[in-house]
Amino acid sequence: MKSPKVVTSAAAGAVVLSLGLAACGGGDDSSGGTSSAKFDAGSTAVVNASDKKGGVLKMAQPDDFESLDPANIYYAYGLNFTRLYSRQLMTYASKPGTEGSKMVPDLAEAPGTPGDGGKTWTYKIKRGVKYEDGTEIKAKDIKYAVARTFDRGVLRNGPSYFTQLLDADGYKGPFKDKDLDKFKGVEVKDDYTLVFKLKAPFAEFDQVVGFSGQTVPVPQAKDTGTRYGMHPVSSGPYKWEGDYQPKKGGTLVRNSNWDPQTDPNRKQLPDKIEVQAGLKAEEIDNRLMAGTVHVDLPGSGVQAAARQQILTNPKLKANADNPLAGFHWYIPINTKNIPNVECRKAIVYAADRAAMFRAYGGDAGGQVSTSIQPPAVDGREKGQDFYTKADVNFTGDVNAAKDALNKCGKPTGFETVMVFRSDRPKEKATAEALEQSLARVGIKLQLKGYPSGTYTNEQLGSPAFVKREKVGLGTYGWAPDWNTGYGYLQPISDKDAIVETGNANAEELDDSVVNGKWDEVVKVQDPAQRAKIYNEIDARIREQAAILPNVYAKSLLFRPTSLTNVYFHAGYGMYDYANMGVTG
Amino acid sequence: MVAFIVRRLLGAVGLLLIISAVTFAIFFLVPRAAGVTADDLAARYAGKTPDAATLTAIKERFGLDEPITTQYGKFVKAIVAGDTYDTGTEKIDCPAPCLGYSFRTNQPVLDQIIDRLPITMSITAGAAVLWLIAGISIGVLSALRRGTLFDRAAMAVALAGVSLPVFFTGLLGLAFVVHKWHLLPEVNYVGLTENPAKWFASLLLPWIALAFLYAALYARLTRAGMLETMNEDFIRTARAKGLPEKTVVVKHGLRATLTPILTIFGLDLGVLLGGAIITEKTFSLPGLGQLALDGINQSDLPVVLGATLFAALFIVLANLVVDVLYGVIDPRVRHS
Repeated sequence: MKSPKVVTSAAAGAVVLSLGLAACGGGDDSSGGTSSAKFDAGSTAVVNASDKKGGVLKMAQPDDFESLDPANIYYAYGLNFTRLYSRQLMTYASKPGTEGSKMVPDLAEAPGTPGDGGKTWTYKIKRGVKYEDGTEIKAKDIKYAVARTFDRGVLRNGPSYFTQLLDADGYKGPFKDKDLDKFKGVEVKDDYTLVFKLKAPFAEFDQVVGFSGQTVPVPQAKDTGTRYGMHPVSSGPYKWEGDYQPKKGGTLVRNSNWDPQTDPNRKQLPDKIEVQAGLKAEEIDNRLMAGTVHVDLPGSGVQAAARQQILTNPKLKANADNPLAGFHWYIPINTKNIPNVECRKAIVYAADRAAMFRAYGGDAGGQVSTSIQPPAVDGREKGQDFYTKADVNFTGDVNAAKDALNKCGKPTGFETVMVFRSDRPKEKATAEALEQSLARVGIKLQLKGYPSGTYTNEQLGSPAFVKREKVGLGTYGWAPDWNTGYGYLQPISDKDAIVETGNANAEELDDSVVNGKWDEVVKVQDPAQRAKIYNEIDARIREQAAILPNVYAKSLLFRPTSLTNVYFHAGYGMYDYANMGVTG
Repeated sequence: MVAFIVRRLLGAVGLLLIISAVTFAIFFLVPRAAGVTADDLAARYAGKTPDAATLTAIKERFGLDEPITTQYGKFVKAIVAGDTYDTGTEKIDCPAPCLGYSFRTNQPVLDQIIDRLPITMSITAGAAVLWLIAGISIGVLSALRRGTLFDRAAMAVALAGVSLPVFFTGLLGLAFVVHKWHLLPEVNYVGLTENPAKWFASLLLPWIALAFLYAALYARLTRAGMLETMNEDFIRTARAKGLPEKTVVVKHGLRATLTPILTIFGLDLGVLLGGAIITEKTFSLPGLGQLALDGINQSDLPVVLGATLFAALFIVLANLVVDVLYGVIDPRVRHS
């Protein structure tokens, strides 16, 4: 999943530790229960627990959503946000601690039932759940929702698992041909039962169904295609008041047809939720501390100035959390534009990990990473260092880099383009740190910044753009789509995951060893054996110098005192937006 | 006077046509001359990285393979008669005056401009009032008290004002006036008709930041103009006739000084109405400038083209008003 996400084993460790502390000292229950406001309390427990209704919840972001069409989103914060106005077959449990990364039924009555050796998955949906206009949600609406994800020309941003996994070869989506019977990937048995038909067995299908918004029901008659994201039909606790205005914002109001009895994962506390887009990141921080904005939507933490202010002021610090956010900020090295592995090794050797670590805010900003998979992933091993040292003091190995350049046939270095998200100061600082460290061995980086809203789709996420602009490196963050090696590594390393837009395999890795292991692992039933193969893939990516590891992100999140029901959600790697309330 | 206005109006229409042709050429002819293909141009229209079929459809839709004159004809026709756009999943009507359709935001460009216009107009109008009052008053007083402490101090502040960009004074204002001292509310645009008091309060800081820059400039211009004018023969004559000093200064001195200031004011106003980009960016106000900037950042060609034309329209209109005001201020213009 793009951007802010998931908890880690270190956070899991924190849960265990806090359990112990609570048992010894009594007081707040921080084991996934509730807690009073204190530093890092929200990382593992609900802070300011309250069921008080009313008020206006104010959310802001510096850029804008990719889309508000739940099927057309891949950013974790967008998926988190869509839960306010949409429901899907399965979803992450709305609980603090590691429980939050577990998939639970949402519209479904229960998790999917596998059949035909894992090639079919059957879901029964709850009866009586309604859209905002009072119409009942039926199985055909979910089939339609899945079918429309097959038209990547219209829904360009979302994940592409369904097109990869479902047995619907040749289907082009329902926009050009509205006859849904031609879509064979999902069968509607009756109004409340649907069966997903896969090309091959896939053990983690509940996770595929639940981690994104691609099973959020869409009434076919109201689907406006590319414009649907301006006013998606609500099935959740809130609905849109008018159209969302790109780069400005919009307002959510209560959906009177949402039934809390059918939905244990969401609350409907504030009267309204106002979303403002295009507010400068530093201004958002100021307003968070003043309490006039409640939520920084991207959820990746405050900027450098606010971080210092918060960490040095005990009163502010008590309202902050510093969890391992679950995603790994790394540098993909494009294997098409820099095809020689020795040239890529030179980049990794010369990189100043210390400067890159500082760019992310030092200890408060993250941990120096070793493996590609972050610690949260089940079965992940720490891994060994290839060509670089996971050390906060490592400033690069210039001699080894020069040797690699000689082997690459470019002893004086070479030039390439590095892209970054211009509205993310940490990424800009990382790119600048890398530019300086690589210059020591003659590798010249031309830095180019692009807005977050387009970066992962049209710049780094577009192989055509990468080829045209000769992009060699980029800043990137990835968190597991779900909590296994498959959920983390497959989208960023399998050749089958390379897509025209929204491409997460930014290094465009097409390595026969890695590809072979992906083909092998889907046939393995034992999770431990699968984890072993995932770790081998992880090591191979580093050996091929296709990814320069950087930091496992820690976010410094700030929660205004007027915000209630705040907790770090392991599934999304930021606060859970679906259960918040406000006081005053 | 009516003939004078009609003459200027016709000139303005002609000028807009020329500007639209030049703008169109800049966006379509120059890139083609520089080697940009019709596919590349289509991609800019499509916004997000499209597939080959989408590019072909857009090329056909906009006639990007056709001669530039035909393309320009279609563009002007859309402005005059409106157009219909096929998004691939539905058809969207864009009534006249249609400045194009953004496939990125999925909205007609004119709708976006109209939505953002009140914000930019509010910023510009408020700041203009402030800088005119402050700039001209200080300029006149400085000229009349040439060499005094007031003059020297005012000109020093003016020099600082000219030197300090809005993004500096604006951020400083936000940090201290809003967030530290809480003297002014946060900058959130509220419509004038929605809540006039909040509209005023929330825009006061952007006005001050923008006006500080321009007031400094206008103070220096006014001072220089007044110093020159007050030494003219007709001023001496006015004084010799026994007119009160206030009348000499305001009616004769200032009036003569205003002509060049009005010229610059027209241009400044037009430019800012086309988008006070830095002010809007500094204060996160989603006006026309931000719209244009977002269009540039996202290679959203229709938005950039529409915003450019609209900015040109404002400059032409502002100059038209200035031309008319010349006639009011200086009778020689009327009679020429």
